Amino acid sequence: MSTPLVSLQDLSVQFFGSRNACALNAVNIELGAGEVLGLLGESGSGKSVTLRTLLRLHPERTTRIQGRMLVDGQDVLALRGRALDFYRGGTVSMVFQEPGLAFDPVYTIGQQITEAIRAHEAVDEASARAQALQMLERVQIPQAKRRFDAYPHELSGGMRQRAMIALALACKPKLLLADEPTTALDATVQIQILLLLRELQRETGMSVIFVTHDIAAAVEVADRIAVMYAGRIIEQGPVGQIVRTPRHPYTAGLLAATVGTENRGQPLLAVPGSPPDLAALPPGCSFAPRCVHASERCRREVPPLQSVGTQALACWHPITPLAEAA
Amino acid sequence: MNTSSYFQAPVQDRGGPAQPLLVVRDLKKHFPVRGGPLERTKKFVHAVDGVSFSVPKGKTLGIVGESGCGKSTTARLIARLMSADAGNMVFDGEGVDEFGGIRLKEFRRNLQMVFQDSFASLNPRLTIAETIAYGPRVHGMPAAEAMRQAHELLARVGLAPEQFASRYPHELSGGQRQRVNIARALAFDPRLVILDEAVAALDKSVQAQVLNLLQELKAERQLTYLFISHDLHVVHYISDYVMVMYLGQVVETGPVERIYGQAAHPYTRALLSAVPSMDPDNRTLASPLAGDPPNPINPPSGCRFHDRCPHAHPVCADKAPALIGMPGAPAHQAACHLNDPASGHPAALSEIQP
Ligand SMILES: Nc1ncnc2c1ncn2[C@@H]1O[C@H](COP(=O)(O)OP(=O)(O)O)[C@@H](O)[C@H]1O
Ligand SMILES: Nc1ncnc2c1ncn2[C@@H]1O[C@H](COP(=O)(O)OP(=O)(O)O)[C@@H](O)[C@H]1O
Ligand code: SF4
Ligand code: SF4
Ligand SMILES: [Mg+2]
Ligand SMILES: [Mg+2]
Repeated sequence: MSTPLVSLQDLSVQFFGSRNACALNAVNIELGAGEVLGLLGESGSGKSVTLRTLLRLHPERTTRIQGRMLVDGQDVLALRGRALDFYRGGTVSMVFQEPGLAFDPVYTIGQQITEAIRAHEAVDEASARAQALQMLERVQIPQAKRRFDAYPHELSGGMRQRAMIALALACKPKLLLADEPTTALDATVQIQILLLLRELQRETGMSVIFVTHDIAAAVEVADRIAVMYAGRIIEQGPVGQIVRTPRHPYTAGLLAATVGTENRGQPLLAVPGSPPDLAALPPGCSFAPRCVHASERCRREVPPLQSVGTQALACWHPITPLAEAA
Repeated sequence: MNTSSYFQAPVQDRGGPAQPLLVVRDLKKHFPVRGGPLERTKKFVHAVDGVSFSVPKGKTLGIVGESGCGKSTTARLIARLMSADAGNMVFDGEGVDEFGGIRLKEFRRNLQMVFQDSFASLNPRLTIAETIAYGPRVHGMPAAEAMRQAHELLARVGLAPEQFASRYPHELSGGQRQRVNIARALAFDPRLVILDEAVAALDKSVQAQVLNLLQELKAERQLTYLFISHDLHVVHYISDYVMVMYLGQVVETGPVERIYGQAAHPYTRALLSAVPSMDPDNRTLASPLAGDPPNPINPPSGCRFHDRCPHAHPVCADKAPALIGMPGAPAHQAACHLNDPASGHPAALSEIQP
């Protein structure tokens, strides 16, 4: 990886308000051009906050962001005005679990994609419309011409998801942020969307951060997986390594608790307890209260994230240490 | 803990071990839908359209199918949360709400439900111990006794009463609230528990805890489960029998090993192959089905799956296949012309590969 497209350096995010929360704690992520990173974690682990921070969507008054974010050579935290507008949608764009977040219900999907194109490119209405229609065809919406004039609520769940992907990709972003785009869908529709994302990524060469709580969905699309827990990256590695030889006790626990064919008839190896309150994180490793390997040191000191090549790990007593990289 | 003495009738086995706990026959529910102002004919959602099945005692029947296929409506009809247009039920050998059968009130107590949305089903103004004690008290259990039982149940579902009894629902995590919902269902000492997407909203590590708890409780209390889920892994894990629904009808049903190992219906095979692979070296290459689940307002003629089925033949659009037993495995039934030599489908009986 020469110059990464995305580089998050010790990124921390705190929210102030009725409840203070340290949503992100010194997160480090690097992503090369054309790479797909699966960001895996349970609800509340900070996945959406990471993506929203990358798009600078948090209200400034109640949020404190520390660290650095470099995307495509730009210092994201320094962007202002027009540059920020162009960055959003032009360099980085996002799809959500709920298409309602991306679409305005009172305009047709065709109008909205056309508008998005015109906001980023100096093209006339007619060619923007033509490009928008082409986008709908590329996301494999059948009868795209007819659907162009449909309102968001007139589309089925899977079609709305495709239309949202068309909207997100209309301005040819270099980085697509996908926030659980398939979580609310039936498995039969989910697999279609995962295959579509994979195909579009290959065609465009864009980078993708694919957020999910479902390791199986991540395996279908990602090259690399970063596991988040309580606002920290705790392990990172190529998909095959994470799935087959997880190094961190939490990753291993998550995999063991994921029901598979082999579990029938036996109790599942559940991880006890539940994730910590972000307003009151334990002093040491945040997983220590649930970890069977926890020692005194774990409860006292936060394990630093160490990396070797494409792998990273934050644990005092890993199942397999990083040095023994396969 | 036996709480049954406080209720009118003992919740004992009546029909013997071979008698299914629940038999459902030809259940139907069509919801009217409002058409546009110019539409004359009234339309109907064929939510549940002739569903029949039985659940053996002490077993778990898993129900799967895409969203909108009628799983929740089936559950609500069984629990009598809404009335059916047609159909009847037999609970442990006794007709439900029929002359000489089991009374509705009694049936309702024997059957409890746990839903996906753990928040909506808990009263925000009651502590969780009060919530659990509420039902039995309404049914005549003395308050102190109901409260003592609530504490015992909390302990049993893994929520230390001294820590949790006086908390309110919003002070709990999703997994803890679902434990409360399970405890509340158990407070009636039911024989049948319907779990409608009960673990769907939980994180994987917490989901595993709740699945383990459900399995333990089932063994301890000889419970029978109707387990509705869109997660085929979870259904495989927990079920003894599986029923696959499509557009309000049963398309395949049978022992779990048969459904997962030798599925006989093309729809079941498509559902199973839509599950992500978990192996980065063997990713899914093609989607087994195109498009979204169809709308049950105007279900296709003949076999309802014919417009998505890779094996469809004109006969499939003409004739609805009956649910028939597989050769040598009568408990394994599928509704597809391919399995019926007399159907007129040219590929019938020629071995189709899964
Ligand atoms: N604007 C906000 N103000 C305060 N807390 C927030 C805000 N946004 C998110 N959080 C908190 O940050 C944590 C991480 O949230 P999120 O990133 O949404 O988790 P997930 O991994 O499920 O996407 C949660 O505890 C959430 O409540
Ligand atoms: N109360 C209702 N009124 C009108 N339509 C309903 C009602 N409940 C469910 N439906 C419709 O019936 C069909 C079956 O729904 P449901 O049983 O909830 O499916 P599932 O649980 O399998 O997702 C769907 O098309 C749904 O929109
Ligand atoms: S640092 Fe210690 S407590 Fe944390 S995961 Fe590793 S072994 Fe467990
Ligand atoms: S009856 Fe015909 S359309 Fe229906 S599942 Fe069988 S082959 Fe397919
Ligand atoms: Mg999120
Ligand atoms: Mg449902």
